[in-house]
Parts: sequence; C-alpha cells; structure tokens
Amino acid sequence: MSQFAINLIFVGASFALYIGIAIWARAGSTKEFYVAGGGVNPITNGMATAADWMSAASFISMAGLIAAGGYANSTFLMGWTGGYVLLAMLLAPYLRKFGKFTVPDFIGDRFYSRGARLTAVICLIVMSVTYVIGQMTGAGVAFSRFLEVSSAAGIWIAAAIVFLYAVFGGMKGITYTQVAQYVVLIIAYTIPAVFISLQLTGNPIPPLGLFGTHVESGIPLLEKLDEVVRELGFRDYTADVDNKLNMVLFTLSLMIGTAGLPHVIIRFFTVPKVADARWSAGWTLVFIALLYLTAPAVASMARLNLLTTIYPDGPQAPALDYEARPDWVKTWEQTGLIRWEDKNEDGRIQLYNDANAAFAPTAEARGWSGNELTVNNDILVLANPEIANLPGWVIGLIAAGGIAAALSTAAGLLLAISSAISHDLIKNIINPNISEKGEMMAARISMAGAILLATWLGLNPPGFAAQVVALAFGIAAASLFPALMMGIFSKRVNDKGAIAGMVAGLLSTVIYIFLFLGWFFIPGTATFANTPDNWLFGISPLSFGAVGAVINFAVAYGVSLMTEEPPQEIQDLVESVRTPKGAGAALDH
Amino acid sequence: MADDKANAAAYWKANVRLITWSLVVWALVSYGFAILLRPMLAGIPIGGTDLGFWFAQQGSILTFIAIIFHYAWRLNKLDKEFGVEE
Repeated sequence: MSQFAINLIFVGASFALYIGIAIWARAGSTKEFYVAGGGVNPITNGMATAADWMSAASFISMAGLIAAGGYANSTFLMGWTGGYVLLAMLLAPYLRKFGKFTVPDFIGDRFYSRGARLTAVICLIVMSVTYVIGQMTGAGVAFSRFLEVSSAAGIWIAAAIVFLYAVFGGMKGITYTQVAQYVVLIIAYTIPAVFISLQLTGNPIPPLGLFGTHVESGIPLLEKLDEVVRELGFRDYTADVDNKLNMVLFTLSLMIGTAGLPHVIIRFFTVPKVADARWSAGWTLVFIALLYLTAPAVASMARLNLLTTIYPDGPQAPALDYEARPDWVKTWEQTGLIRWEDKNEDGRIQLYNDANAAFAPTAEARGWSGNELTVNNDILVLANPEIANLPGWVIGLIAAGGIAAALSTAAGLLLAISSAISHDLIKNIINPNISEKGEMMAARISMAGAILLATWLGLNPPGFAAQVVALAFGIAAASLFPALMMGIFSKRVNDKGAIAGMVAGLLSTVIYIFLFLGWFFIPGTATFANTPDNWLFGISPLSFGAVGAVINFAVAYGVSLMTEEPPQEIQDLVESVRTPKGAGAALDH
Repeated sequence: MADDKANAAAYWKANVRLITWSLVVWALVSYGFAILLRPMLAGIPIGGTDLGFWFAQQGSILTFIAIIFHYAWRLNKLDKEFGVEE
C-alpha cells in the first residue's frame, strides 16, 4: 500500500470519528452550547482542555524550538505548563463558582461596567483571532504534506470538519471531539519517540532516555550531543544563558499569558462542582505533561540523529555526500523546508554554525565556505518517523495527530469568539431581551462567521503571523489575567481602576512590541532595531507581557485607591465567589 | 450571620496562606532551580548535565503537577472543615 493511501486511511478514520461524535453530541440549549451543560467529568475535561491547549505550535513546533535552542528554550516547557498552577489556584475555581458562561461575563459583572465588559470582549477577540490563524495554516501544512492536496484545499477541508461539530454541538460537541483528538495526538507523538529513544539509549521511556546513556558511544546522551554540536561551532546544548532577567520574564509572560487565555478558562466552566475545577486543572496538566515531558527528549534525540545523518563518521570526518542523502531529505526538499546549497562545491553537505567567529578558522581549514543546509525547525516532529526509519503507519499516525492538534485548538478558540459575540455583545450589550432560542441562533451564526473569518485568514495569512502569536500571549498576560485575579482577590478594585489597569497594561505591551517589531507589524516601521542592545534593560518584546501585567496591577490599585469603593453588592459578590458553597444555585441565572 | 462572615474570612485567610506557600514552591523550582540558581546547582550531575537543566526540562513540570494536586486535596479538606463545601 502506498504511503498516501495509509495517510488517507488514518486521517479519514479520525475524521469519521469526529463527525460521529458531532452527530451524537448536539447542543439543545445555550447552556449546552456554551458550557456543555456543566456536567463534564473533571478527568474528561482535563483531557479535553489538554487538547484544547496543545496546538499546532506544541505538537509541531515546540520540539524543533528546543532542539535549536537547547537549555535556553526550556522557557517554553516551563512557561506553557506553569500557567496551570496559576489557573488552578488563582482563577479557575472562583470563576466556576461565579457560574456564568464567558470570561467577559465575570469582568462585566464584577466591575459593574459595560466599558469593562467591552474592553474584555475586544481583548478576547483580538487574542483568539490571531491564535486561530496559526491553527488553520498549521492544518493546511499537514494536509498538503501528507494528503497531497493543495494547502488551500486542506484549509477548506479542516474548516468544514470544524463547522460540523462546533456549530451543531457547541461546547458539548467540542468537548467530546477534543477527548478523541487528545488520544489521537498523544499516541501519534509518543510512538515515534519511544522507538527513537530505544534506538539511541535502549530505554523505551523517552523522558528517561533523555538523561540516559547513548548506546553507541557509551557516554550520556546529553554529553554526546554537547560534544557533537561543540565540534561544529554551535553553543553547547546544555549551556547556561547570560541574560537571566529576560529568561525569567519570558517564562513569566508565557505562564501568566497561559492562565489568561479565555478559551482555556471557559473549559473549567463545564465541570459540575468547584472542587472538580481544582482537580480538573491537575488532570489537565497531567495530560499536557505526557507530551511536554516527551518533547525535550524528542528535541535532543532528533538533533543528534540529524547531525549523525549529516556526519555519519563523526563531525571530524568528511560530511555526507549529497547524492547519498536519505529519502526523507529528498521528500522534505520538495516542500522547501530543507534547502541545500553547495557553497564550496564539493558535493557534500556541510552543516555548522557559520555565525561563530571563533569557529571560522577551523571551518576555513576544512575547506568549508559557509553553512550549506537550512532545516526548518517545524519539520522535526513531522519527519521524525522517517528519520528513524519507522514503518509507514507511524507516518500516517503523525499526519492524523498534527491535524488533530490544530483542529482541537481551533475549535476551542472559535467557541470563545462566538460566545463573546452572541452572549456578551448581543445578549448583554445590544439586545438583553433576546430569547433563549434567538441567542442560540446568534451563537451558531457567530460560530459560522468566525469559522469563515478564520478560513479566510488561513488562506491569506498576514505576513506577521508568527509575531502575532507573541502578541496574543502579551495581551492575555497584560490585560485579562490581572483583571480577573484582582476581581477575585481584591474587594477594593473598582470599575475605574480595572478599566484603567487593563488599558495601561494593554497599551504598554502593545507599544513595546510595535517599537521593535514594526507599528501594526508593517515591515520597515520599527522604531528601533530588534536587537538586545536596544531593549529596555535587555527585556525582549516577547517577554514584556509580564511587565505589562505589573503595570496593570499597579495602575488598577492606584486608580481604585483614589476613587470610591465598589458598591456593597459587588463586595458581596466577591465574598460569594471565594467560597464554593451555593455554586449549584449560581448556575441557574 | 456575623459568625458566617467570620468563618468565611478565616477560610479565605487559610486559602491565601496555602496559595502563597504553593507559589513559593512554584517559583523556587522554575525561576529558582531551573534559571537563577542553576550555577549553584552545577555541581550536582544528572545524566550528562546538571540538576538545573533537569529542573528546566522535567523537574519543574513534575513539581507543578504535584503542587496542583496537593492544593486541590488540601483545599477540598478545608472546604469541609469550614463547612463551605457544595
């Protein structure tokens, strides 16, 4: 059977499963549409939240980033998991107790202000829309690589599938498809990792293999990797970083940003009890950790595998002859994600760090005239089974897994967008007298509209898509997280303080990003070159979300202390969200 | 009513204390051991590298899981002690 047929079977079977779930889990009420009826088991919700959270970026890109950056890029591992500690203790249980449908619901009620609700809606939509672009293009890439259709056709197919279960099933349909998607993506990620770990270290458990012994050389895997990269002029894989302040702030921005993402927060509204929301956050992290503990193992092993492919006799011996390159290099060359340019015209593939001045004399002595192989970080996970010579069905599995990761996140984001429009904008601001049936229809129409918008953006991705994801985390960290947290932990912060804080956090973060990455990301409009010398105290634009959050807290408290206390009923509301008692009653509003 | 209020305040205080200690551990394993204190832990070898690297790529994530389950378990117990459970 051809590889194409195998891929088709795996992806087709996973789609059939999602559609089956869509038919079984139709939403009959707004409560089912927004929060799956509030009756989801905490472990089930944990699994769905893990799939919701782990996007194309986690599945496809993260291991590649760690492989390229080594220790320095551990920030992604800690940042994208540590946020759940904040979510579990500072937000999720109280917002569940509050018992409404959306994140702007809480901000609007707690700060008794339409302005606050509207600010929250705007932040939410900007964040979620930018995020969803990456999912659609990610799904498009997976389709075009594995199913031999054009990327555009792939995006349309993805949109049609999401449409089926998201528009009809709402949160209920999304929850149960996400559980299925989690199972597909975790199996797809783990199986190749187990085989590769066995090959390199003899240990079938990748996280243990990472700190195990490299079978061929008899020294620890990481020591071997350090040795190989050092001989090619790269920084040691495990080398420490100099700019610790930036590393701390970047990790903190990712953590706070994660905790402030509305599509993740609303998943905790689906469990029956406040206590369940606490357990569910733990289960979510367990399911995320299964992938996040495997990713660094995949990263180091794939980097070592790649370098030993290029230098079969060690980095001191001549590199691989281009004509003798393995099949997977040829396949990925066709996509343009691997490129070779024979700079010294010796017909061999030299891969080394030509930006390292200290290494230049060595390279020159060996007759090298520059790095010849460019490998896109994103192919690492997708090409992993091929690099390790695994059977065809594993490749089919990876295809289904990558698409599952993209679709599950896209669906969660689309639900957050549509509920913000139908519930917060239409029901709470424009037309409070809308009937249950009318709101349901509005929710479905805005879901369909959001899918069309996401498809269009996926087909015509703005050139700045990569920077925009950083913007999404920055906004979440600097605007929504502090507002939500202060709404629970302070009785003193009032409407004026909250709005001033959100606006100050948002503007400072966005302006700092624009200064270095270009105003509204228009190329060539950056005020300063994006280099560490220009950064304020060495803080990169991507790390500024944490600073924005601090500004938000400070401004909100300052303005609140200078203005009047919130009214008594609001202070009572805060007291009520702090204790679990009476949550059942709160849900029937 | 006054008793209820005092009880709720005491429950909240206990909760905030638990959160504070949990966050201390959270910051210690990630910002501490994995980043700022890594040079101090450089002498403790583990699998071809040092303890700081292990915390950055595995230890912190495992600790995060432990923190959340510990918090959920302790607070669900506090809910019952203070009689504020659902």
